[in-house]
Amino acid sequence: MSGFLSPVFEPGFFASAQVHVALEVGTVVALVAAAVGSFAVLRGQSFAGEALSDVGTAGGSGAFLVGVGPLWGFLVLGAAAACAMELIGVQRPRGRDLATGIVLGAGLGLAALFFSLVAEYRDTTGAPVTVLFGSLFTVSASLTPAIAALSVAGLALVLALYRPLLLSSASAELAAARGLPVRLIGVLYLVALVLAVALASLTIGTILSTGLLVGPAASAMRLTARPVRALLMAGLLGVAAVWLGVLLAYDSFYWPPVGHGWPVSFFVVALVMVFYLASGLPRALGARKRRRSAAGEAA
Amino acid sequence: MTGAPAADEREAVLEVQGVDVHLGNRQVLSDVSFTVGANDFTGLIGANGAGKTTLMRVILGLQPPSSGRVRISGREGRHRSTIGYVPQKFVFDPDMPLRARDLVALGIDAQRWGIALPSRSRRERVEAMLAAVNGLQFADTRIGRLSGGEQQRVLIAHALISEPTLLLLDEPLANLDPASTQEVVSLLAKIAAEQNIAVLISAHEMNPLLPVLDRIIYVAAGRAASGRTDEVVRADVLSKLYGDHVDVLHVHGRVLVVTGAGEGLDLHGHEGAITDGEVLR
Repeated sequence: MSGFLSPVFEPGFFASAQVHVALEVGTVVALVAAAVGSFAVLRGQSFAGEALSDVGTAGGSGAFLVGVGPLWGFLVLGAAAACAMELIGVQRPRGRDLATGIVLGAGLGLAALFFSLVAEYRDTTGAPVTVLFGSLFTVSASLTPAIAALSVAGLALVLALYRPLLLSSASAELAAARGLPVRLIGVLYLVALVLAVALASLTIGTILSTGLLVGPAASAMRLTARPVRALLMAGLLGVAAVWLGVLLAYDSFYWPPVGHGWPVSFFVVALVMVFYLASGLPRALGARKRRRSAAGEAA
Repeated sequence: MTGAPAADEREAVLEVQGVDVHLGNRQVLSDVSFTVGANDFTGLIGANGAGKTTLMRVILGLQPPSSGRVRISGREGRHRSTIGYVPQKFVFDPDMPLRARDLVALGIDAQRWGIALPSRSRRERVEAMLAAVNGLQFADTRIGRLSGGEQQRVLIAHALISEPTLLLLDEPLANLDPASTQEVVSLLAKIAAEQNIAVLISAHEMNPLLPVLDRIIYVAAGRAASGRTDEVVRADVLSKLYGDHVDVLHVHGRVLVVTGAGEGLDLHGHEGAITDGEVLR
């Protein structure tokens, strides 16, 4: 890989164990986030995903306080928040915003408490930055089996539920009329959402996780009208954002300030944003073309 | 449609017996009974708020009745696979990646696990169904980008593709212009004949349906009267149903039901004629 590609792949990129772990973890997490995120967009539950990740902030800070890994904090508090949202009424469109807003506020309040206690009782520096912004490069290799297992579980759940979930997301009324258990499907989906949000939070931090969850899915939906293809494209875009993000973050070690490196989370969400903007181009160009040909016919 | 045999002599697809429904403290339906026979084209007619949608929800098993029972193809309980349903209101996000053909395909197997494998026979079945509702030309368009009338045809295809014995449509003619109304009515009549299926269609305006209806269920004041159209849409039957004096007028080939003589006239079962003015004066 020496020679002309060396400006792209800085020395040691492929030899670095950290890079290996980051790519492995990033790939599986991007896939589950894309699949679950596609349905979050379809169901109009992006905001619910955001609330789960905000509550995850409390989970992550709480985990620092009791001395366990943040992933377990994300999962435990995410599950608790999902239960609370379900009870308040996340399944009803009108109750959804309300449930989400209340849970989100409570979660961030707890996070404020936990971070202040961490600062007081623990000598861990940088806990807030780790929880809020994450870093693929600090994920411990020992966690990869657990991350892979949780990702497979989340992905399997969404794929197994695919057809009933698709119909009940498109129209809960049509699904109910066919006798599908719409509420149960919603609860199972919420479980997948908790898993995906916890994994995405570990990868790029709680406040950025929504980007990885919703961004690739929303971009894919603009590019294709086919549901299965949209799911595959979302996965592809998510993985591309993570891989390119890891590469750029590794390269940025040589960028100013030299020897510091830019956060990988920044690159991932920036790429997601670029993909989203670019995904709007075909339609914008098509509209322009139509206008031009309409003007041509008129003339 | 004279000469049709009485409902109880035919094979009944749907039997509703003595159904009462309370929503909160309000009694919405009381002692509603009727039968829909195989291949019947039945209108469920009543003013807005008369309880038509509630009755549909009871038939679908989404609203348990306080008393009474519903039998579908002779069996009680949930047998929704034999019912196709087209809801009254549907809103699909225009950006949703779901083409007309995808929604119709979900009508076959939405209850199955996993992603459907590509299959030629499945695709051909979907296309034949879309062709039956004159929807083949927008098969690949996102469902949310179709017009209301087009979406309704896709929903009819979605409901019919599982080959139900009974098709329920909740106010499919509401919000349609007169030309689309005629189009949907003749499409439904064609489908009912071709697919050998019983159709129960609710409407607050019966006139566009009268040429195709075999039977009518008239809902008013929480009660229902059913039978052939000429047996039900009569002053004495409807007066009894409303518990008030009701006139049934036949004007220019249309039927007008006039109620509320005490406090200004209320016209049911009609639209349009009132703007002529001459009907009332």
